[in-house]
Amino acid sequence: MDWINAIVQGVLLGGLYALFAAGLSLMFGVMRFVNIAHGDFIVMGAYGALVAVGLTGLHPLWTLILVVPGMAVLGYVGQRVLLNRTLGDDILPPLLVTFGFSVIIQNVLLEVFSADSQKLQAGWLETASILLGGGLSIGVMPLLIFVSALVLIGGLQAFFYRSSLGRVLRATSDDQDTVRLMGADNKIIFAYATAIASAVVGIAGVYLAMRTNFDPSVGPARLLFAFEAVIIGGLGNLWGTLAGGVILGVAQAIGAQIDPGFQILAGHVAFLAVLVVKPQGLFPKMTG
Amino acid sequence: MSISYTVQRSTRASQIAMTVGALIVVGLALAPWWASRGDMRMLIEIFYYLALAQMWSLLAGYGGLVSVGQQAFVGIGGYLLFSFAVFGGVHPIVALALAGIGAAVIAIPTALVAFRLQGAYFAIGTWVIAEVFRLSFAQISALGGGSGMSLPAGIVKSIAASRAGREHLIYWVALGIALGSILLVFLLLRSRYGLAMTAIRDSEPASESLGVETYRTKYIVYVATAGMTGLIGALIFLQKLRISPDAAFSVNDWTALVIFIVVIGGIGSIEGPIIGVAVFFVLREFAADWGSWYLIILGGIAVATMLFAPKGIWGLITAKRDIHLFPVGRRLVVKDSE
Repeated sequence: MDWINAIVQGVLLGGLYALFAAGLSLMFGVMRFVNIAHGDFIVMGAYGALVAVGLTGLHPLWTLILVVPGMAVLGYVGQRVLLNRTLGDDILPPLLVTFGFSVIIQNVLLEVFSADSQKLQAGWLETASILLGGGLSIGVMPLLIFVSALVLIGGLQAFFYRSSLGRVLRATSDDQDTVRLMGADNKIIFAYATAIASAVVGIAGVYLAMRTNFDPSVGPARLLFAFEAVIIGGLGNLWGTLAGGVILGVAQAIGAQIDPGFQILAGHVAFLAVLVVKPQGLFPKMTG
Repeated sequence: MSISYTVQRSTRASQIAMTVGALIVVGLALAPWWASRGDMRMLIEIFYYLALAQMWSLLAGYGGLVSVGQQAFVGIGGYLLFSFAVFGGVHPIVALALAGIGAAVIAIPTALVAFRLQGAYFAIGTWVIAEVFRLSFAQISALGGGSGMSLPAGIVKSIAASRAGREHLIYWVALGIALGSILLVFLLLRSRYGLAMTAIRDSEPASESLGVETYRTKYIVYVATAGMTGLIGALIFLQKLRISPDAAFSVNDWTALVIFIVVIGGIGSIEGPIIGVAVFFVLREFAADWGSWYLIILGGIAVATMLFAPKGIWGLITAKRDIHLFPVGRRLVVKDSE
């Protein structure tokens, strides 16, 4: 029973990891751009929610209304002003610039909010659970996060395949230069892509703040989880990213069941195993 | 009238630089006779950051392997030193050398996994691998688990009889490792692998089409830098006399700062990391008390450098002048004769 319970909790945790990963997957898909500060941006979203709750006294869930557009605007401006300068054939500039951002964000958050661990109180949401019978029960909050991940990824998928902006973004993903010949401005397309990815990061940040403790230093670990989910699922496939998140969550839950010290390690080992056996990921959609 | 060509390696600037460099090295080797204990500690730190920076610059600047997981080999080197010295009963200086070899051996299978990812994904993959090593070493109770261990007093005393003797010995080893790392990069760049690496740096597809074995060359660079990084890690924790998983595998101390040093100084050159280390330590003297603001400023300078002067300070110096302090390239000299 303990094992079934661990696996169920792992699947639900995978929903959170898929939320972490969706933004990363999106940015890589459109721009071939890997943001090393991705985890720190998620943590920034979490602190955004903390500040919003402090100012308004609203339930943490309502902070999505403020944090998500805030992050989207930040992403748009950041891409236009800074990150567009780094794009090109050389992989060093975007990597090193976002690596610098990572260190800067962590230390600014440390200066402003101190190293104290924080968590948003979500009231009844935190304690409520649904009994499944046989001693199994699932928390309402993890379930809400998992369903949000499903809805979000379904929504992104619909956006990419049904809307005209989605079509341009997919075309950019296939061939940047040709899209430019067709009259689209890469710099603006990239800024839109980053804005969408940042909105997703904002959602991930708010849920992170409600679900677990966080402090300024937890960003890099979130980046690694997001990255592992993307690679396990296969590049360029959002549903694959969800599957990758679930696999990672289950691996961690099984590891934790064996020994609490093995939780994170088990997730990393599962990722490396997939990498060795199937370097393209389990559900690849594109190469490169 | 005929024209004759000669191929030259050293230049006037490089000859002057070598002479001045040799004088500086002699002065540094004599430091135990002129420097205070605090100065020597500081110099050791400068030496190992210089060596780490040379290795990272070699890996990323020439090999095109942008790793943010080099702390893996710093930590492995440190832990191997402690293991060999404590459980193997080996003299710490011998253990230091064994730790470097051990790190290179561990890098051989590690590279097979890491090389499954390319470019930016390789970078984050190396970070995951470093985390795997950190979490694994934290599970080994013989090495103190998550809280780490100290080098037993008996082993510390076996380095040299007196405290001054130990400090001097570690200082000379540190100086040797710093010079060794520069020499390694220098010799590697002058060898046929260096030519291959420079070609890969400039264009990987083009070099491959000309018969450069890019995978093999990158593999050799990865393993060589891992071995040297392991040796540096062993030195770091021989000086600290204490090791823990969080200190040994710290991404901030052994990779973030090193990347900032290389980026600010200038990537893909021997001169760049030397300049970067100088900037880093001068800045630290002024700003060490500012706590996290110091890292914010350093990170900001590195980001600005990457955006506006991607070749760093050394790149700005050589943009208008053709200066090479280390003769790693070849130049054609054309002479007109009657």
